[in-house]
Amino acid sequence: MAVTTTPTAPRRTRLAEVTPANLRRRYLRDRVMIGLLVLATLVVLIPLLVIVWYVISNGIQAVLEPTFWTSDLGSPARALSGRETGLGHTVLGTLVVDGLALLIAVPIGIGAGIMLSEYPDHPLNPALRILNDTLNGMPAILKGLLAFALIVKPMGTFSGLSGGVALAFVMLPIVARATEGVLRIIPWSIREAGLALGLPRWRVVLNTVLPAARVGVVTGVLIAFARAAGEAAPLLFTAFGNNFFSSAPLRYLTGPVDTLPARLYSLAISPYREWHAMGWGAGVVLLGFVIVTFVVSRFATRQRHQADM
Amino acid sequence: MQRSATSAIIRAPTKAIYRRLGDNAFQTVVVGLGITIMLLAITLAWVLLRDGWEPLRIFGFLGFLTGTTWDPVQNDYGTWPFIVGTLITSVAGLALSFFPALGVAIFTAEYAPRWLASIIDTIVDLLAAIPSVVVGIWGIFVLVPFLQNNVYLPVYFWTFEHAPQLLPVLGAPAGYNLVTATIVLALMIVPYTAALARDSIRLVPRSQREAARALGATRWEVMRMAVIPYARGGIVAGAILSFGRAIGETMAVAMLVGNSNTLPFTLFGPAATMPSVIVNEFREAVENLHLASLMTVGFYLFLISLVVNLIAAWMQRRYTVGGRAL
Repeated sequence: MAVTTTPTAPRRTRLAEVTPANLRRRYLRDRVMIGLLVLATLVVLIPLLVIVWYVISNGIQAVLEPTFWTSDLGSPARALSGRETGLGHTVLGTLVVDGLALLIAVPIGIGAGIMLSEYPDHPLNPALRILNDTLNGMPAILKGLLAFALIVKPMGTFSGLSGGVALAFVMLPIVARATEGVLRIIPWSIREAGLALGLPRWRVVLNTVLPAARVGVVTGVLIAFARAAGEAAPLLFTAFGNNFFSSAPLRYLTGPVDTLPARLYSLAISPYREWHAMGWGAGVVLLGFVIVTFVVSRFATRQRHQADM
Repeated sequence: MQRSATSAIIRAPTKAIYRRLGDNAFQTVVVGLGITIMLLAITLAWVLLRDGWEPLRIFGFLGFLTGTTWDPVQNDYGTWPFIVGTLITSVAGLALSFFPALGVAIFTAEYAPRWLASIIDTIVDLLAAIPSVVVGIWGIFVLVPFLQNNVYLPVYFWTFEHAPQLLPVLGAPAGYNLVTATIVLALMIVPYTAALARDSIRLVPRSQREAARALGATRWEVMRMAVIPYARGGIVAGAILSFGRAIGETMAVAMLVGNSNTLPFTLFGPAATMPSVIVNEFREAVENLHLASLMTVGFYLFLISLVVNLIAAWMQRRYTVGGRAL
């Protein structure tokens, strides 16, 4: 269809056909594709930013209320009659459960990461890598079922302890993978330098390799934390939920405890308008929690990149 | 501080017993922690199978898989409706999100100036971290009313007048339905797919692009002929991983899918998925067999996720070019 003005041009490949009409079509296609790519980017980013905007604009009022942070939820009647109500117990419970999850997941995850990177010849490593990836790919809800079967059933009660363990199951494989990844990029010569100084292997790992990889390990932990902090499914049948501050501090571990994602779910499906408003508020807090964690980890990574240069 | 610590270590006498004992103890601890993770993964499968054994014994492995009734009142259980719901929403969600995600990946990796690319990358990674329940509450109060009034009802009425033979497929518009769940799933996995595709596009060596450009290719032709074919394996593996995410995505779907346990599902009518039925019924399950059946659904969910993840891992290994892992 295109009139060939240079008859000597070989017709073997499309690229060799440099005729003006053909060229114009190719440039046009190039432009159209750029337009489509920009469109795709907007299509992806806009709805998600709209979600963030809706959550913040609907929930900010509830969050600015001081009682939101200081009092507990109580029965629906409290919210309906305008008496003071809030999610103070939920925030507290979330801190307990998430903190417990970190306490469990960080040592185990980092240990497994060290095993993968510092003992590369260990015969169990291939199996560990496969099983860790398997665990990572499993839906969080199944980890909740596991914590239910392992802890809730023997204890006979829903508890903050089981919630923390369930979230730790979510964090563990992420921490292990991230640790392995950052330890591996530490040059082998650093380890050799330590060994040449006569240090035993464990001091080399603890005193030279881990400090050098500190920022990366912390980033991995933060990413795992951001992921687990938003999970509601495993908490619904482990930490369960609670409308009040617990009577004794220990009850946060041994009794049912409220957490932000699970409470957000129950507020959202409740029939009360006042509770919906608090649900949006819980959404703001949860989103803030995740975003702050994320930004801190980003900041840490950026600093490391600058230090590298 | 670092320096003084190091010199203190060097000065310390390194007795053989300290070295041997320390190394052995350290290795034992580290390997023990590794084994803990391995045991966890195995325990997960074992516990789901153990607690879900009773329904498997009563209905049989295939019988439970293909059973189309889920009736806690009659104590008759089968997981087929939930498998259908899970597969429909996940496949449709992936189909809906794949090309936009690929577009974002190509745009940030190849076209956008560096500053813009890094902004978009950050936003995409951040959006991937939005908790499922937060998307769920937005879906309940914003998306569902909007779609019900502007899409479901008009489409339903139009079909009612012009193509009534399609009504059985469409179903009475309920707001909380398969289409809503699919849209929300697509929104949730799109940042994940985009990030994975972007990473594998970035791994394509410069020389590939330069060779194509040297032949006179336009930018898009470079993408189509040199970059995308090279990154294909990684992109597809990323899409399969996102599919695995979609299968296990629980809260947003449970809040928006409408929760109906009976086939056939219609586009605008309520449905259910495997995670959604576990979340919705687990806390209310009174009968032992009901609880066990939910565990069995969990076991099947485990098997499906396992297969999907293994396929993704296999694809990554198969198509990794030049020995670089993705």
